[in-house]
Amino acid sequence: MNSVEGVAIASRVGAPSIFLRDITKAYGETLALSDVSLDLRAGEVHALLGENGAGKTTLMKILYGLTQPDSGQIEADGVVLKISSPRDARAAGIGMVTQHFSLVKNMTVVENIALADAKTFSIDLGGVRGAIVASSARYGLDVPPDAIISSLPIALQQRAEILKALMSGCSYLILDEPTAVLGPQDIDSLLEVIRRLRSDAGIGIVLISHKMAEIEKVADRVSVLRRGQVVSSSLANGITSKELVTLMVGQPSSPVAPRKRTPSEGQDAILVLESVAVNTETGGLSNINFEVRPGEILGIAGVSGNGQTELVNILSGTLGIDSGTISVEGTQLGENTPQSLMRAGVGILGEDRHASAVHGLKVVENLVLDCLESFTNKLQLDRKKMDSHCESAIAEFEIKATANQAFGTLSGGNMQKVLLARLFSRKPKVAIISQPTRGLDVMSTKYVRSLIGQACSDGTAVLLVSEDLDEILELADRIAVMYRGSVIGIVDHSQASRESVGELMAGIAK
Amino acid sequence: MKARFALRASTPWWRGPLLIGIAGLVTILISSIIIRWAGGAPIPAARYIFISPLQSRFGFTEALLSATPLVFTGAAVAIAFRAGYWNIGAEGQLLAGTIGATWVGINAESLPRFIGVPLILLSGMLFGALWALSPALLRTRLGIDEVVTTLLLNPVALLIITGLLNGPWRNTETGFPDSDVIADSTKLWIIWPDTRVHFGLAVGVVIIGLCWWFVGKMSGGLKLRAVGLAPNASRIAGLPVERTLLTTALVSGGIAGLGGASEIAGVAHQLTTGISNNFGYTGVIVATLAALSFIGALFVALMFGVITVGSFSASRALEIPTTIGQVLQAVLLLTVVSALVIQKYQVIWTTNKSKNRE
Repeated sequence: MNSVEGVAIASRVGAPSIFLRDITKAYGETLALSDVSLDLRAGEVHALLGENGAGKTTLMKILYGLTQPDSGQIEADGVVLKISSPRDARAAGIGMVTQHFSLVKNMTVVENIALADAKTFSIDLGGVRGAIVASSARYGLDVPPDAIISSLPIALQQRAEILKALMSGCSYLILDEPTAVLGPQDIDSLLEVIRRLRSDAGIGIVLISHKMAEIEKVADRVSVLRRGQVVSSSLANGITSKELVTLMVGQPSSPVAPRKRTPSEGQDAILVLESVAVNTETGGLSNINFEVRPGEILGIAGVSGNGQTELVNILSGTLGIDSGTISVEGTQLGENTPQSLMRAGVGILGEDRHASAVHGLKVVENLVLDCLESFTNKLQLDRKKMDSHCESAIAEFEIKATANQAFGTLSGGNMQKVLLARLFSRKPKVAIISQPTRGLDVMSTKYVRSLIGQACSDGTAVLLVSEDLDEILELADRIAVMYRGSVIGIVDHSQASRESVGELMAGIAK
Repeated sequence: MKARFALRASTPWWRGPLLIGIAGLVTILISSIIIRWAGGAPIPAARYIFISPLQSRFGFTEALLSATPLVFTGAAVAIAFRAGYWNIGAEGQLLAGTIGATWVGINAESLPRFIGVPLILLSGMLFGALWALSPALLRTRLGIDEVVTTLLLNPVALLIITGLLNGPWRNTETGFPDSDVIADSTKLWIIWPDTRVHFGLAVGVVIIGLCWWFVGKMSGGLKLRAVGLAPNASRIAGLPVERTLLTTALVSGGIAGLGGASEIAGVAHQLTTGISNNFGYTGVIVATLAALSFIGALFVALMFGVITVGSFSASRALEIPTTIGQVLQAVLLLTVVSALVIQKYQVIWTTNKSKNRE
């Protein structure tokens, strides 16, 4: 790693250091950032690590003027910067490449870049073209200047976006999960570009990522955000990947008490995935193999962004697989659609409870949405049956809501209980449960976990995807670890520990 | 002091009606300025527009007649919008319905009326649904935005009518570009003796009732609402999102087409290029003002009928343009939609002090 070199360049270039001081930002009742301070230096790659929802993107949006902090300020060499829009940020020399590019798709690269700093009514396309060719060569950012954006592969579009930011004269560049959309080779060349930007041009780079390998390769300094707070900020060569993973996922809040397990060996597997692959060239999933038996919880662990979301989407039927097979109870599914999976007895609790239910409908309506046939009498809704079903679900799952309340007005915990009630009242053979306790309070978390354990004791096969390693260690019988779109290891709970699973999560295969 | 808009967590029940009332007052205020500008006196104009149609049998029944096509297009737009299918093509679908109705009407000389009437209505409905089919397929199969496609098909329907009336359907007696009068066996019954109020209004009211029943009480209606409110959540719950959208689009087109048939068989009795007085577009306004409620759409359509008839009498009495009625409808749309949005927000005043760090 190159921290020493990086610091040396910083002093040589002399661009001001940027200091984010005591930034706090709340969205409604959720505290996204709490007194976060961060030190950025020219000529340094500063990696910002953290789980989904840790606050990385919010922090960078504040730096780039896309949102305003509730309190705190941004300073450049001690002078307070007022950044209330991206225009202010660019004027202060800060550029950003977001996950969704801001390029005009039906214009060429030259036109897009000319557009970005068109100051007058006349645009010197020839001059801009020359500047692009020069910059491309200088940073190793090869882009065909006259190509229409929409005709370019995503990696080249990204280069155009980076060029655009660089040519607007920025001395700091924020890259928000730049490798999430790239394949392995494109990732390597992007990392090379980042190195050259830092070393040759003295540009300060903020790299938002949760991929250890990339951070190991290019970062000079690493800060870890967890639940809106900076939990660590240090030189990259002073910290190991394993330590970083531990910092990201946090220490166990209480000693892990594994649930009582009943052996499920000897039973035939009920859900089997064989060589499943999807979007392999853009870093999707490849070669996914595992099976889940009745009465067993298979935990899926991994640093977020390593394919868990895609896996859940495949099993909910919203993402069709490219190759491989999915079998339920020995029968191979033809196409994985929501309907075919449901018919086969697979139920799902999605990672985003807001996106899994219809906010504008009542609790009772959401509860029966996936099994309307059983509440329909001569094409009419059987309101009485719906209401009695809802009353018993409210009682059984301890939901604090009334049947006719709009789903959107419930608290997170009660939303989750409604969705779990919907899932389990179908008596699924396989339950795919993703991030069941994300954002829930302690009581709700405990209750939701006990429900999952209960379903498993009743013979349901459970696939539990969670970013909370303690949750997986507490509940799972076996733990499959995902890394870069593949399952790189499956550990039995008796051999699993934070350390052994953490090593796999960091990509240190045995 | 700085103002900031924030979403309200909850809305007290009286805010909706209060804001709608304010919107009505603002509409009257703005319209008064325009009426004054057009050379009329606002207060008598308002009396002519809103009150006079309700004071005479003739005025009232003519208002019902004007409202009839809007009942159909209002229902057609409302049901599509409830499913999240943004059908702006009720105009074209209604026009297609008039083609289907005329085709039956001018070719059904020897039928008994109890067969002729259902036939002409059915034909209008089918043509309307057919006109809605291609945008619906483009949307559900290829994801092509239906707002553009349904909208752009509207003038196409009118051009087809123009072509028909200047070609095969040119009036055989007068040679003018309007169709022959349809067979008596396909003309709708007059349901209010000695007026022009026809059976189409009854059909429209039944359609409103059916839509209300379907969307509120039947399981298909719950699917429709779920798909309209949250398509992705519906997909995860295993609902057939694309099929629901396709069916709703066809039903919506069918209702608009039925409205077209009702105009041909109920009042016009022949096809002309001016058969639709922007009924489809006004249907979008009707449905929006009714906040996509079907019963609401019925009342808004009736109110628009009153305004249409009333603006004619205001025009005759005060020598102001008849388009005042349309101006009024447009202003009402803008103010009510603004009110519906404002209802969800509250203004938070912040002093500069509290923004800085303490």
